[in-house]
Amino acid sequence: MDEKPLYDGSFSVAGGNFDNAGEVASNIKTILKKIGLPSDLVRKAALVAYESEINIVSYARKGMIRLRVVSDCITIEAIDEGQGIPDIELAMQPGWSTANQKIREMGFGAGMGLCNIKSFSDIFHISSEVGKGTHLKMIINTNSNSMQ
Amino acid sequence: MDLESVVKALNLKVRSGEDKLKKEVLGGYTGDLLSDVMANSKEGDLWITRQVHQNIVAVASLKEHAGIVLVQDSEPAKDTLEKAIKEGIPILVSELSGFEVTARLFNLIKKTA
Repeated sequence: MDEKPLYDGSFSVAGGNFDNAGEVASNIKTILKKIGLPSDLVRKAALVAYESEINIVSYARKGMIRLRVVSDCITIEAIDEGQGIPDIELAMQPGWSTANQKIREMGFGAGMGLCNIKSFSDIFHISSEVGKGTHLKMIINTNSNSMQ
Repeated sequence: MDLESVVKALNLKVRSGEDKLKKEVLGGYTGDLLSDVMANSKEGDLWITRQVHQNIVAVASLKEHAGIVLVQDSEPAKDTLEKAIKEGIPILVSELSGFEVTARLFNLIKKTA
């Protein structure tokens, strides 16, 4: 329980700025590679981090992504300050999106982000408060007998 | 098949990553929705798209694609090109439509598989 993490750190993400979108995910990928995790797990975590980051950029004022790695799992949390999600069940439906035209023109906002995050994680938890923000917590198991 | 052979066979114009053309092309993926590409494309794929903004570089880099082919003679945006050069991601331009590039690449890869 009190195992010293292989990595524990957070990255801030600015809302509305697509110029550097993906940079946090790229940093996370580099860190996980350096730790020496298998590439399939690194790819899963990079996708989870990327979609979380894009969600903050697209919908929140600001937020942060926390990465914590211990010997048997990778935990990624995305915590933002923003509009929040009024109906999580609806937001989890594939294809559902509130993205504006600008976001959609760039190829984001297809209503796939949260579904992708969920399907690439072993444990997925979402909570949100309208007008306050959204909190995502994803766990990817790293032990060799983990499923997926 | 390496990227250089694909460039020659499909008559692609190389806009960045000239020094990465020895990379092996393992497959291809066609799409303009970034989440779809993130979830379904694979390492070593050549990504065929009509998107030209700089976020395509982050996706190709995260997914370790062999390169990006922009269709319909679409040129990368200035900041896209700068980012691609910095990250060493080959951006290639084709005058053909996404449909045609995809078909030709598929046949090319199938032939050598």
